[in-house]
Amino acid sequence: MIKHFFKKLGFSQAPFAGGIQPNMRKETEHSPIEVCPLPPLLIMPIKQHIGQACSPLVAVGDHVLRGQKIAKAEGYVSVPIHAPTSGQVIKIEDYAIPHPSGMGLTSIFIEPDGLDERDETLKPIEDWQHTDVSALRERVRMCGIAGLGGAAFPTFIKLVQDQRNPIETVILNGIECEPFLTNDHRLMVEHSQEIVLGMQIIMHMVGAKQGIIAIEDNKSDAIECMKKAVNHDDMGLDIQVLSLPTRYPQGSEKQLIEAITGKQVPMGKLPMHVGVLCQNIGTTHAIYEAVILGYPLTERVVTISGDAVPQQGNMLVRLGTSMRFIYAQRGLTDFDGLQILHGGPMMGERLRHPDIPVIKSSTGLLALSQDFFREAHPEEEPCIRCGHCSEACPIRLTPNLLADHCRNEQLEKAADYHLFDCIECGACSYVCPSHIPLVHYFRFGKGQAAQVRREQNFAEASRQRSEFRDTRIQREKDEKAAKRRKVRATHTPTEPNQGKE
Amino acid sequence: MLEQLMYAIASLGGFALLAGLILAVSSKIFHIEGDPVSDKIDALLPQTQCGQCGFPGCRPYANAVASQAADVNHCVPGGERTMLAIADVMGVEPKSLDQEEAIPMVAFVREDECIGCTLCIKACPVDAIVGAPKQYHTVIADHCTGCVLCLEPCPVDCIDMIAKPELLEHWSWPLPDTTRAQTGLERRESHQHD
Repeated sequence: MIKHFFKKLGFSQAPFAGGIQPNMRKETEHSPIEVCPLPPLLIMPIKQHIGQACSPLVAVGDHVLRGQKIAKAEGYVSVPIHAPTSGQVIKIEDYAIPHPSGMGLTSIFIEPDGLDERDETLKPIEDWQHTDVSALRERVRMCGIAGLGGAAFPTFIKLVQDQRNPIETVILNGIECEPFLTNDHRLMVEHSQEIVLGMQIIMHMVGAKQGIIAIEDNKSDAIECMKKAVNHDDMGLDIQVLSLPTRYPQGSEKQLIEAITGKQVPMGKLPMHVGVLCQNIGTTHAIYEAVILGYPLTERVVTISGDAVPQQGNMLVRLGTSMRFIYAQRGLTDFDGLQILHGGPMMGERLRHPDIPVIKSSTGLLALSQDFFREAHPEEEPCIRCGHCSEACPIRLTPNLLADHCRNEQLEKAADYHLFDCIECGACSYVCPSHIPLVHYFRFGKGQAAQVRREQNFAEASRQRSEFRDTRIQREKDEKAAKRRKVRATHTPTEPNQGKE
Repeated sequence: MLEQLMYAIASLGGFALLAGLILAVSSKIFHIEGDPVSDKIDALLPQTQCGQCGFPGCRPYANAVASQAADVNHCVPGGERTMLAIADVMGVEPKSLDQEEAIPMVAFVREDECIGCTLCIKACPVDAIVGAPKQYHTVIADHCTGCVLCLEPCPVDCIDMIAKPELLEHWSWPLPDTTRAQTGLERRESHQHD
């Protein structure tokens, strides 16, 4: 209440709790999106989104066209995968994916034929204003669109009209608060018209009346471009461009909603429960392509940056392109002593080698020199209870206590301190003067808790099976005994004697 | 004098009767089937039904621990975590484990050698083997607890124990590689083994 009052008067600078202001290093913000040439081989893992993995639809030797479905979705939380270019399937086997474990996943290898022919079966929906909402939703699903901001959550699930939770506001997330990354920024500058059209499609699909395009004030050219596009293309919908002060992690969905509407999304609830839908810029552009052009998701914009990359910039990359090939386009071929990151420096994961394909969640590829990297991650020292981490936490947790519980594997205590509400934004690790890898501890704790839960579920299922087996054996024994009794009752011992006589 | 004595006896006797009635009724209303301590321990056990503790299953071992006939440290597949949890429930000091914790395994039937005798099916405590007489049998890997009880009865020794495949979805982050985290882990482990 008091905070709101202060915010109204303009005293309060913080639009949401906590947060930090890291050195943004947006060195690629003025480099236009260049088209990456076709690589000699494309590798498509069968899972590029959050949810269940897909199952391959093609066999070795098949000829595929660009945009042809090569793996079908399994279950609800899943979207299909499409061939990024025309060519031949040469093998289907395990291959490394961008994952911190370094483990592999079944992948479809496609050798491009260089013709880049498109599969024309999906027709453009030009009259989308008068098209059934469920048909549009099915189109978004069929085109394999998952959140391109990094989480890769299947987008069609969010695009739903629910009578109990009507969506009033659609927020377009052009915050891009991670340092280094500028792919959304460049998309907004170069494709503002398409993004506004994509946003109108989204608003039509969820029946929202108000639309907000949120952009941080360090991207003034993007704000200008989007404002121009909105004014140029006025379709009677209330869309406004909002400039927000730069602050990390403002691009996180719940933090952005708090910053714009002042409403907090409750624990365990979704943005739609407060009447808001958030969409990423890249995803909106992909929705535009899916509906207006009929193109499935086969490419995305990737920022290639970091102090070890000679020519930093943004590239439009086919999914499945090897990272080594992309780095080579930017003049980086020797990876000796370099650290490679998939995603931004705050939330991205470190990769062991660059022979890994780009997938739907690849926002950026960073290559940092060892000196640059170590500067940020020296040895951990004991906590001095300064409380900076609690101040920086956008969820208002107490990271230092949480880390202690995770380190000591006191998982129940950690859960009491709301471990599972942590969004792993890394703000606490960033401000810690003792260089404690707090988020790493939280990830460890979350993994251990999940492991315990899995073991408990397995034990419970085994117990039920074992009990069922015991009762079955008992029942069989009883039935046998009953049968025997019955036989004995009918054949009395005197009977055989009588028969003899 | 006698009157006062009568009052005292009558009032005390009345209270005793009342208390007895309340106890009798509440023991009927709040009646619990089985032994709650044993249930609690059974819930902590991994339910492999492997018999490595020397009892014919998890429930019998839980009963034995609850009645203090067995120690808390006999569950091999449960490992450190289970032993500590049981010791916590029983309120006793943790003990070092009988055996080292092994990596999780599952049984695998080499089908071309299987003669279809169904002996392993009968031995499996969790119904994780499917098959019929004179048909190949196979192990449902997701249900197998790795108890090795099927190895012994097999007349042609066609069952192998193989390491449980590690799944990408089940991967979890290890502790950070900092000295502080690692020494803490070492200290915890050595403390528990003392």
